[in-house]
Amino acid sequence: MLTAPKPQCPLPVRQIWNAYLCTLSLAPNRPMSNSYERRQQVVQALQAVLPPNALLWREEDTRPYECDGLAAYRRLPMVVALPYTEAQVQAVLKTCHALQVPIVPRGAGTGLSGGALPIQDGVVLSTARLNKIEQIDAQARTALVQPGVRNLAISEAAKEFGLYYAPDPSSQIACTIGGNVAENSGGVHCLKYGLTLHNVLAVRMVTGEGEIIELGNAALDSPGLDLLSLVIGSEGMLGVVTQVRLKLLPIASHAQVIMASFHDLVQAGDAVAAIIAAGIIPAGLEMMDQTSVRMVEPFAKAGYDTEAAAILLCESDGSEVEVTDEIARMTAVLQSAGASAIVVSQNDSERAKLWSGRKNAFPAAGRISPDYYCMDGTIPRKRLAEVLQTIAIMQTTYGLRCANVFHAGDGNLHPLILFDANQADEFDRAELFGAAILELCVEMGGTITGEHGVGIEKINSMCVQFSAAENAAFLAVKLAFDQSGLLNPDKAIPTLQRCAEYGKMHVRRGLLKFAELPRF
Amino acid sequence: MQNQEILTTWQERVLAASAAGQVLRIQGSNSKAWYGEPSAGEIFDTRALSGIIAYEPSELVITAYCGTPLRQLEALLAEHQQMLAFEPPSFSEHATVGGMFAAGLAGPRRAQAGALREFTLGASVLDGRGQILHFGGQVMKNVAGYDVSRLLAGSLGTLGIVLQVSLKVLPIAVLEHSLRFEMRAQDAINALQRWRSAALPISGSFWQDGQLSLRLSGGEAALQAACKQLGGASLAHANQFWRNVREQELAFFTSQAGKHIWRLSLPANAPYSASLGPQIIEWDGAQRWLCLEPEASQTQAAQLRHLAQEAGGHASLFRASDTNIARFTARPPALAKIEQRLRQQFDPAGIFNRGRMA
Repeated sequence: MLTAPKPQCPLPVRQIWNAYLCTLSLAPNRPMSNSYERRQQVVQALQAVLPPNALLWREEDTRPYECDGLAAYRRLPMVVALPYTEAQVQAVLKTCHALQVPIVPRGAGTGLSGGALPIQDGVVLSTARLNKIEQIDAQARTALVQPGVRNLAISEAAKEFGLYYAPDPSSQIACTIGGNVAENSGGVHCLKYGLTLHNVLAVRMVTGEGEIIELGNAALDSPGLDLLSLVIGSEGMLGVVTQVRLKLLPIASHAQVIMASFHDLVQAGDAVAAIIAAGIIPAGLEMMDQTSVRMVEPFAKAGYDTEAAAILLCESDGSEVEVTDEIARMTAVLQSAGASAIVVSQNDSERAKLWSGRKNAFPAAGRISPDYYCMDGTIPRKRLAEVLQTIAIMQTTYGLRCANVFHAGDGNLHPLILFDANQADEFDRAELFGAAILELCVEMGGTITGEHGVGIEKINSMCVQFSAAENAAFLAVKLAFDQSGLLNPDKAIPTLQRCAEYGKMHVRRGLLKFAELPRF
Repeated sequence: MQNQEILTTWQERVLAASAAGQVLRIQGSNSKAWYGEPSAGEIFDTRALSGIIAYEPSELVITAYCGTPLRQLEALLAEHQQMLAFEPPSFSEHATVGGMFAAGLAGPRRAQAGALREFTLGASVLDGRGQILHFGGQVMKNVAGYDVSRLLAGSLGTLGIVLQVSLKVLPIAVLEHSLRFEMRAQDAINALQRWRSAALPISGSFWQDGQLSLRLSGGEAALQAACKQLGGASLAHANQFWRNVREQELAFFTSQAGKHIWRLSLPANAPYSASLGPQIIEWDGAQRWLCLEPEASQTQAAQLRHLAQEAGGHASLFRASDTNIARFTARPPALAKIEQRLRQQFDPAGIFNRGRMA
């Protein structure tokens, strides 16, 4: 997440980026211009298919839609549509298709990679008003919801049946299920309970051409190619989701969490591997380095060990006997892995307190630093120590501090780069630092995004992870669903030209291989 | 031949086949040749590209070439107390990882653990343009690019030759115990929903002829508590029984030569329909099997498909020979169009297992 927008930056990255953004609205085969006439034409066409209060086009009304959680990048959309029904969504898409207007679908706008950044001559289609939980089938343990329903609202509604929806991204109070589908959102419990992909049975959506399709069903599989897997995590580029069928799980009757301290990062990493190797799949397995712990503790007062090089939080859930048994086994593993201290929660309030520090890591970063940039790479767990050591050295290279929180169970690293956007070039150094971390993740056999998506933020890094042919295949997948390429165009998949430009920029700045950094 | 040489040879062969419009019939050990629509063409044997590429138990990931015998992969996992949690049936001791991945089938643990797609982390594919493309990776969480590796899982080889796959693996449960209950079908379906809602550690269920078999997996204390709660009788020779279920080696499947095996994929709580004839119920009710005479199959196919769709699922003709009944339920035109465009991209000349997934 980039906070505190700094719209103008003098350095080359920003210039190239701005130049690129300008080309977007000039793409061929799309009527260009953000002229008054064009806006009038689109507004009138949409007014014909939407109720009066479902369309915004005055600047003061569209301003709130100019960015998502990646707030450093902002652009005013031409028009914002807020349909109430699937039929209205379909009508908007058909109208936009006829007029060749690009569309950016948007949920709650909590995304961290700029996936909902508007397009200047385009329509933002908000699913906020499609916010009904249509059905909870307690016997089948499924829920049928509209895309604008908030993630947490589903668990709240299912609670009376003893059920909940498992994926719990940190933004779950605000983020919508439509956005979760777009990003394949995870959370702190996905090692055991999976990502959005593992918890969605079916998606109903409208294609760019305005056709309604259903992927998946109420059973466990469906005939034909698995298009549902393509759509989950597709960042709003393949269709606009209008209904989601979710799997619900029984609420575990018990849960306990262990906090284990380590004097050494390598030991902490090895302890994670030892837990897995012992045949345990914890409900949650999180790591925080000393910088994060010291950043968080004064703020959250979670009782963390600020002397430790790293702490682990290991959660167990299930029936009382299962939890007691698993906590004992994990404690033994952690002790033999060299934990210097172990604390086990004895009740739910202690458990909540131990989690509060981890859950407040991002706000805590905001307290000690004017701005912070949250990265999101995944690495094989065994490379953790060397990745953290390399990031430590990069702090000197880029002259910025970095705190690390880590979904250790599934290898998903969230380095928080601390910077001050009011200082000359810190924003740009933060971005370069971030890109360097992502390239490090790829080099270590990992990926540039575990759960935040590519959006506009990591589009350059796609050139590092994928070949031209692979990026071309992604584009073909998009066009298979969206032949006109009007749905959230120019996000997530880089063009060949863009990758070439990024390569040149890297060479020019001498940062391609980070020659100055030692490798472990 | 070294793997690189094999890949070069395969690329050349694919390019030549694409240029000539020569259809290739991709196969490993040919153990599931009967699955899907019959597909003609020149046999393309994938077994030369074989071996485990990477496996580290503490990472919960295994990566193997397509031609690797499934049995070899599972034996290696078992040495480290791990498994493919979706329990893919192999239908032959020679079955390959590539064939398992292409077929996308799952065994008794499916309802609890998930399907192949949920354990797929990455795949490399040789497409119809002779390109080797890598999708996904070897890490648990990865949202870079569309999830093409999961699109390839279960695509019956119709998008390309899958060269290698990375799969998430899970620890084998500390203990397993199986129970048997005398129960009518509808009662079994209802009980299974109730037990699932109570978070009981059920890792397999199988109903036939008034008997429900249950497999429980977990720690000792959890199993004791579950057994106490459930009652029922202990099932003897349980490991062999569940192996037979997984491999469809029970008489229901094996002793009825010439008959048609139908698979109904339904919401788990869909009501039992006795009028369809003798059935096997698995996956808490989400997978049901029928065995029909060819004539009955012919006359009832449309109705079966209609019933399954009305219930929220679908019906497949799983196993049959010499029939013109479609194996899989046809997709609506809008979906068929998207599938067609995807095939056009990955296999422009239409050479890979043409028609197998129609």
